[in-house]
Amino acid sequence: MPSPTVVSPEKLRATFRWMLLARALEDRIASLYRAGGSIVGGVYLGRGQEAFSGALGACLSKDDGDIFGGLIRDMSGRLAFGEPLLDPVRAYLGSAAGPMRGRDGNIHRGRPQEGLPAMISHLGSLVSVVAGMLLARRMQGKQPCVGATSIGDGATSTGSFHEAVNMAAVEGLPLVVAVANNQFAYSTPTNRQYACENLVDRAHGYGITGYVVDGTDLQACLETFTQAVEAARETGKPQMVVGKLLRLAGHGEHDDASYVDPALRKEPSGRDPIEVAATYFDDAEVRRWQEDALKQVSEAVAKAQNEAGPDASEESWLALASAHLVEGQSE
Amino acid sequence: MSTTYLAAIREAQAVAMREDPNVFIYGQDVGKFGGAFKATKGLIDEFPDRVMDAPISEDAMVGLAIGAAIEGMRPIIEMQFADFSSIGLNQIINQAATHYWRTGVPCPITLRLPSGGTAGSGPFHSQSMEALYAHYPGLVVVTPATVEDAYSMLLESIQLDDPVVFCEHKLLYYHLKADRLPTVNLPIGKARIARSGRHATVVTYSAMLHESLKAAAMIAEDGFHVEVVDLRSVKPIDTDTILGSVARTGRLLAVGEAFPWGGVTAEVLSRVVSEGFDLLDCPPIRLNAKDTPIPYHPNLWKAHRPTADSIYAALSELVRK
Ligand SMILES: Cc1ncc(C[n+]2csc(CCOP(=O)(O)OP(=O)(O)O)c2C)c(N)n1
Repeated sequence: MPSPTVVSPEKLRATFRWMLLARALEDRIASLYRAGGSIVGGVYLGRGQEAFSGALGACLSKDDGDIFGGLIRDMSGRLAFGEPLLDPVRAYLGSAAGPMRGRDGNIHRGRPQEGLPAMISHLGSLVSVVAGMLLARRMQGKQPCVGATSIGDGATSTGSFHEAVNMAAVEGLPLVVAVANNQFAYSTPTNRQYACENLVDRAHGYGITGYVVDGTDLQACLETFTQAVEAARETGKPQMVVGKLLRLAGHGEHDDASYVDPALRKEPSGRDPIEVAATYFDDAEVRRWQEDALKQVSEAVAKAQNEAGPDASEESWLALASAHLVEGQSE
Repeated sequence: MSTTYLAAIREAQAVAMREDPNVFIYGQDVGKFGGAFKATKGLIDEFPDRVMDAPISEDAMVGLAIGAAIEGMRPIIEMQFADFSSIGLNQIINQAATHYWRTGVPCPITLRLPSGGTAGSGPFHSQSMEALYAHYPGLVVVTPATVEDAYSMLLESIQLDDPVVFCEHKLLYYHLKADRLPTVNLPIGKARIARSGRHATVVTYSAMLHESLKAAAMIAEDGFHVEVVDLRSVKPIDTDTILGSVARTGRLLAVGEAFPWGGVTAEVLSRVVSEGFDLLDCPPIRLNAKDTPIPYHPNLWKAHRPTADSIYAALSELVRK
């Protein structure tokens, strides 16, 4: 067993503030979605997963070349890792100024050359991409850096996930896989997803180290991810962290999640991680941070709302970097 | 000294790795064993850290290549057989093919697909997958038919900043030979007139080039001179060269080894009909494999795919229309 990890008060506070920012932003995006007219496409929230996701993002170092392959419910982790606040705002509002330029949006966003690969919808498929980024770093002598990605309980059933974790284990890559077991994949409960006792049992099968953590408790999440990230950095081997929590929203904002038994909210795993973490701090201080988060969100939304969407007449329509090989260019 | 199509593929990879430290090879059995067809034989001795055996995980292999490419590497993925690239389909068409357009970050990966039928290989070791990949935006799909093209087009594929599906034909591996490897060649995207003629045009690619050339020689005995166009790359298709040839001959036969529904031959016909209808003296013809899985027994297999005889028969009909 690794020795107990000490999490500094600064790190706890900083991560909590990213969680508050993520929550404030997602609340705002959800309300814009309900109001209609400004959000392009669907909205998928990370509510309930802010501690688990944020702790992972906060334990990585973007400046040192770490990688964070965020997924659907990683607003908090992406922000903590260093994604600019304007990126998700622009992606959701369809601004052409964001890195996806209106060609993709909402959760499908990233800055691949800054350690933020841009997820595609197909679940499970990002794990091997992060592994490949790490392999490249190793071949280029740029180690030790760590790559992390997250996955839901449902997506652990994909062949893609299995292939990638097994491959990362075979290649010995410093990959941290964060499994956010939020008890549902859209409407499907976990007993229709897997038959093992606990998803962490799979780590043994891959020959990698597994960790279990209370995904609603920021302190615990920070301790565990600190250990896992350090272990990946030191041993160069994959680590799997499984967090138990509950999705405190619909699958997307179009979904009322009426299939979720309200009793689950009363379980320890149904706690709101923001309420849990708020107890570590002084109420007045929390309120100040919340106000600051709201202000940042308002400014970012106001800015993106004034930006134009993409102009189809100015779109290059080039799917290849080799423009001379794009069909129909001469016509 | 003569070089085979297979040796040209091996040599192109060696040259690419010598010239660029970012090139590496990942695939099943490609290391010490040298690959199922020996296309990487000996490469691990010269590049011990850049030729790696992969687990049987085509999805993860392609995903890994994409990640490495984002970080500036130029991976070559060897699929053991083209048929198994279906397991990596999602990564190829959804992750690799969309990457540059979505993010502005190029994804230079080369996917080598040992393709096409050989006697006794059956339904799952014989497929021609080019049409499937060509359908998706964001991929370059090439189908070299000669030793020279295998060499120069593989080198060019590795250098391109886009994902390339490199369909190398297994039937050509050993028996096709060239005296020397080229230093200059036509670029990807340009078709080549493999034989000149004035009575009809055959548009084809990969192993079917050789069947078509045989058929052209056969029909020359009957007094008909057929022009044969080797597409070389199927995405993009060199429509100008095709139309130029049809303008000279007025008649078109498109030949492919793949299944008949849609595909490269259908694309060729649709382009000629929509862009060069007035050039045609009679309705164009397509000749493809049959619309069944690829048979195992040579008696069936020979009848399943186009051959010099069936191409000759189609041409005989075409030139007399
Ligand atoms: C391969 C694949 N199949 C289906 C979907 C549609 N889909 C999107 S999210 C989702 C549920 C995902 O559940 P889980 O992995 O547990 O993550 P969560 O949404 O609970 O965070 C499904 C089925 C998809 N995106 N990818």
